[in-house]
This record gives sequence, C-alpha cells and structure tokens, in this order.
Amino acid sequence: METKKRYISLYVENRIGVLAKISGLLAGKSYNLDTLTVGETEDPTVSRMTIGLTIDDITFEQVKKQLNRCVVVIKVIDISEIPIHKKELLFIKVSSCSEKDKAEIFRIAQAFALEIIDYDRSHVMVQCVKTECANNDMIALFNKTFVNRIEVVRGGSVAIEAISSQDQ
Amino acid sequence: MLKGTDIIVKALKEEGVDTLFAYPGGQAIDIFDALYDQSDIELILPRHEQALIHAADGYARSTGKVGVCLVTSGPGATNLVTGIATANYDSVPLVCITGQVSLGLMGNDAFQEVDIVGITNSICKYAVTVRTREELPRILKEAFYIARTGRPGPVVVDIPKDIQQAMGSEEYPAEVSIRGYKPNEGVHIGQIKKAAAMLKKAKKPLFLIGGGVNISGANEQMRLLAEATRVPVITTIMGRGAIPTSHELYMGNIGIHGSYAANHAVAECDLLFSIGTRFNDRITGKISEFAKNAKIVHIDIDSASISKNIVVDIPIVADAKIAIEKLIEYIPEMKTNKWTEQVQAWKKEYPIHMKQYEGLTPEKVIQYINENFTHPIITTDVGQNQLWATQYIALESNRQFLTSGGLGTMGYGFPAAIGAKLGNPDRPVIAISGDGGMQMNIQELATAVTLELPLILIVFNNGYLGNVRQWQEMFYNKRYSSTCLTYRRSCQKNCMDAEKCCPKYVPDFVKLAESYEAYGIRITREEEIAQAFAYALEHKHAPTIIECVIEREANVLPMVPVGKALDEMILDC
Repeated sequence: METKKRYISLYVENRIGVLAKISGLLAGKSYNLDTLTVGETEDPTVSRMTIGLTIDDITFEQVKKQLNRCVVVIKVIDISEIPIHKKELLFIKVSSCSEKDKAEIFRIAQAFALEIIDYDRSHVMVQCVKTECANNDMIALFNKTFVNRIEVVRGGSVAIEAISSQDQ
Repeated sequence: MLKGTDIIVKALKEEGVDTLFAYPGGQAIDIFDALYDQSDIELILPRHEQALIHAADGYARSTGKVGVCLVTSGPGATNLVTGIATANYDSVPLVCITGQVSLGLMGNDAFQEVDIVGITNSICKYAVTVRTREELPRILKEAFYIARTGRPGPVVVDIPKDIQQAMGSEEYPAEVSIRGYKPNEGVHIGQIKKAAAMLKKAKKPLFLIGGGVNISGANEQMRLLAEATRVPVITTIMGRGAIPTSHELYMGNIGIHGSYAANHAVAECDLLFSIGTRFNDRITGKISEFAKNAKIVHIDIDSASISKNIVVDIPIVADAKIAIEKLIEYIPEMKTNKWTEQVQAWKKEYPIHMKQYEGLTPEKVIQYINENFTHPIITTDVGQNQLWATQYIALESNRQFLTSGGLGTMGYGFPAAIGAKLGNPDRPVIAISGDGGMQMNIQELATAVTLELPLILIVFNNGYLGNVRQWQEMFYNKRYSSTCLTYRRSCQKNCMDAEKCCPKYVPDFVKLAESYEAYGIRITREEEIAQAFAYALEHKHAPTIIECVIEREANVLPMVPVGKALDEMILDC
C-alpha cells in the first residue's frame, strides 16, 4: 500500500515514563516513526509531541486510534492535511576546512539563509532551521561538497497549527 | 491523617472489594499488616503469583466485579506478567497493586526492584507508579475506574514502600475525572439507522457475536434481537453463550475449529453484522477470503478494534448493550427465512462430533456436564481441552464460560476456577484441563484444599501436548518434537507413535491429589463417567481431580488449516 509522510501533534501528561509509553506503543505495534519530538507546553502538566511517520492510510488510522486509547494521551491531532508551521533544527559541523571551503560555506549560508554559529581555524558550524525535507537537501548538499567531513545532528520536526491558512 | 497503607485498605473497602488475591513479600508487608485487623476483605493466598492473578481473573470474569491482586515488588510483580497479558487480551477488569522499593532506592537496582510499569506498559490498560503520598488515593480511584469502564482491562498500580508508610489525607475521592480517558457512553443514532437499513436490504444476513456482548451483559437484548429478526447467530469462542447455545438460531462457533454451519454462513452471507469482536486471525482464516461477499457492520466499544484487521462498511463505536437496545428500536421487517433455514440445515447435516473415536471421549464427558449440571461455571485451560470444551459445552448466558481466548495461556483454567468458586460459592465450578496445562499450576491444589473449595477438576490426559501434537501430525509429518509427556531419556529417539509400551505417565494425578488431601479418580471407560462425577460430588469441602485417560492421538475437528479460507475445512482425517 502507498505510504506517505504524515504528522501527528500529541498532547500528553507531562510525567515520568510517558515518552517511553508512547515510543514503546509505536515500536510494539511495528509502526516505524521517522521523528518524535517532545517538550513541555504553556501548561507544565502537559507535554506536546510532534510525531512524523511515513505510513499508509490504514496503518495511520490505527496509529491514531491506538494513541487515542492511551490513558496518558490527552489529545491526538492529525496535522498531516491542515495548515501548519513546521520546522526542524539542524546543526552541521564541517571539519578540515581550507580557506576556500570556508568561503564556500559562507556562500551556501547566504544563499540558503543558514546561520554560521561557530567556527575556528579548521571548522565551521552551520545552524539550519527549515522543514525536515529542506534539511535533507542541505545535508545532501554538504555531503556532496565536503565528502566525509561533516557531522550532523538534527532535532526532528516540531509543528503547530497555523493562525492564517497559509501552509508553511 | 492516615498512613498510606490505611488509605489503600480504605480504597479497597470503598470500591467494594471483598476478596483480595494476595501474596506477601518485603515491599508489601506494610499493606498486609494494615489488612490484618480488618474483617471485610478476605485474603486469598494462592501458591504462586501467576496462579494468583488467574484466580483474580476468574473471579472477575465470573462475577463482573473488578478482581484485585496484591503482590510484592520484583519477582512478585513479574510473576503477574502472563496473567496481566491474559486479562488484557480478554478485557478482564483487574487492579494489580505491586509493592515497590522506596523512592530513594528506585533506579539503583535495589533488592527485588524491577520497573514493573515499564515491563507491563504494552500489556495492560494502564500502569502507573505512585510518586507522592498525596496522589495515592486519586490514583487508586482512577485505577478501579479505568479497569471497569470502557473496554475493561488490567491496571497496574506500583506503590513504593515509603509511600505506603507516609502519612497523608484521609480522603478517598468520590469522583474521578481523567482528561485523557473518556469512555464512550452513548451511541451514534445515525450509524444505528444506517446499520438497520443495511440489515433490511440484506438477503443473507448473519450476526457474528464476540466477547463484547458477554462482557456488557447484553445477552437478553441479543436474544431479543435475534428472535425479532430471525437472523442466524454465530459466535467467537469469547462470544459463546451470547444467546443460549441450545437456541434454534444459534449456529455454533466461527473460526479454525468452528462449526461447518458457522464458517460456511460467513463465507456465503451478504451482511456480516458483528458485535464485540476483534476479528482475530483465529476466526478469520485467510483474510482475503473472509466474508468476501458481505458488507460488514461492526459494533465495538474500542474504536481501535474497528477496521484493524478487516475493513468495515459501517463502524459503530459503542457498548454492545446500548447499541443493541437502540438497534432493536429500528429493527426492520426481515424476509430472510430461506437463508436461515439453509444455515439451520447445514447445522443439522454437519454437526460437530467425535464419533470416530471409541470409548471415553471429551465429547461424552462434556455432554455429561451439559446434562447433569444446572448453570455451572466452566473454566478451561488451553489446547485441545479448550477447543473441545468450546465445541461441545452448552451455555445459557454470560459469565459462565471462562477461557483464555486471546493470549491462550496454559495454566489458566485451574486457578481461574478457584477465583470463580470464591465469587460464586453456590454454583458448581468445573475446570477442564489437559494433562500439560494442569501441571502448569498444579501447586494450586494446596490453595483449593485449604480454602475448602469443592471444585471438579477434569484432566483430559492423552500424554501429549495435544494441540501442538495434532499440528505436528497434520502439517509436520508426525515429527512429534517435544510434545510427548510420557517421553523418557531412555526412549528411542524420534518416536512417532503412542505405543502400549510407553513409559508410565508421571505424575500420578490421583496420588498427587491425595498428597494434597484432595480427591482423585482415574477413569478410562465411558461407563465410568457418571460414577466419577458422583464421587466428586460427594466431596463438599475439597476439590476432586477426575483424570480422564483418553485416546492419545485424538484430534480436534473440524479444522481450517492455517492460510486457508474458512469454508476450506478439514471435517475428518
């Protein structure tokens, strides 16, 4: 069956073991999740997760139902098809940089609106806040340009419903 | 101010707990101390925690009340695991209180410390560690509420020792409000009307009833619905008893050991109207062939059960009783007599029987029970004994037949019977086991004897783990790998036959019973059945094992081989 990328925004109790419960549920049912982020909300008793999955329609329906029946889950919102703002934090560290490499990194940063947040004589670190998909492209670009010299860490998508109807 | 242990006792009383299945230990000793002085709650001491939780499960299934377990930390808690999963699959309301090491020791690999919440998270309805004395009463209240409402299930409450000892509020909450848990209490009338309209259009409708109808106690409504529509009824194993098995509209169980009539009706129906079933693989057979000519209506309390295994046309999320009551208001006039007569004809033409085997057979023993006991409670173990029981047992209603349908837990039947008898002291309780499963919790003879329970414990002894042996015979060229229970090291390797010269079976169930001061009788002939039951009924205050030595290689038939469609049944072999 055809799979596509989907996102769930999940409100859960902010308690010990809840992240383990949710990730355990997804793993136990063999649902393959791409990303899962979690953090406290404006209400300290509530955490909000953004879960990204590449999944088919029927399985996705099951995922939502299974999450809904968890006592620690307060609300499940399918944000796959509604206007949202969605971003992922990505750091790329490039090592063994020559002056020429640095100039190239600065050019890339300018072209793609990345931020240089740290550097020394031979390293440059770039911060990129884009969609997961755009971040994939950035990683591919750096990988191609600085073969075997990059270190990547990314945070997974966080998403929130849009105020206006513009899809971000 | 009250101690933590005293609020636990108060909670048990407020929740109406009169029977507590409990095994003491270091991290539960304070709770046992608090229970020592009260007389409202009877403490039941099984001989193993696994049997303890099966007993609580049997108590809960047979009474409809929440079964309550109390055990210590570490091994006490882990020994509950199989029973928690068993109860979870079959939607049995349990509250399992586990002692835990003190908060300060948690995470330090203290003596008898395990993360029981982490271990049980995926096999229970809810699991929680109490982390402050303040939240203890609320969590206990929530535990009982969650266990018994919605789709019932087991709840684990892990209570550290220092919280048990801490002083705090005396108040036990009267109300409960959990923002993440709102069980469905109504039914969507629009969906009910659509379902009724679909029923009206159908030429070959069929009711498929699962355990949900028995759990919600919708048996009377279900009978009314069946009689008003005259639509044939089939059940899953868990749904058996939804309408009386003697009813003219009841066509038997569906599934891999279901009846010819039921399985063929599913294959031929044009509307499968299902209530309270999960469409487990044991009932569907080859999924692409399942009810392939039919539209499907599915009523279930658990939305996650709908369209999980098969796609349905009309989903209705509701309690079975509420949904059926509403449905009755919209019942159309049905003109499907011809179809009903057809299914009835199949039932008559292809009954399930064991006539191919001579002498003492499980069928005859179970027929004896059907003919000689009024409204007994029957528990089964798992394997051939269970399948024969589900094929032949006559049931009038719900809460009468206790079997591990979902998880298929060997060792369930006997301890479940102990719990059932404690909850129903005036009704006959009969456990049907095999020789394999009986040995998985045989130590409970001590519990049954000390509690003076007159249980009848049927052991169908064929000297094999018979259900696996049957599969090995039918699908693995009779390679009886590790299924012969008379095997000894000195036997020839790769023996394929049960021979007369097989070594003596151990244990001797009769002597074993006697060593526990229980009673035992072994029968080998059909003519001894009545005498054996008469012997058992003589003992009003002790259990009796009736060991029925049966044909070693008797098979459970009919059978749908794995991967085949339901109507591709093996009737005889």
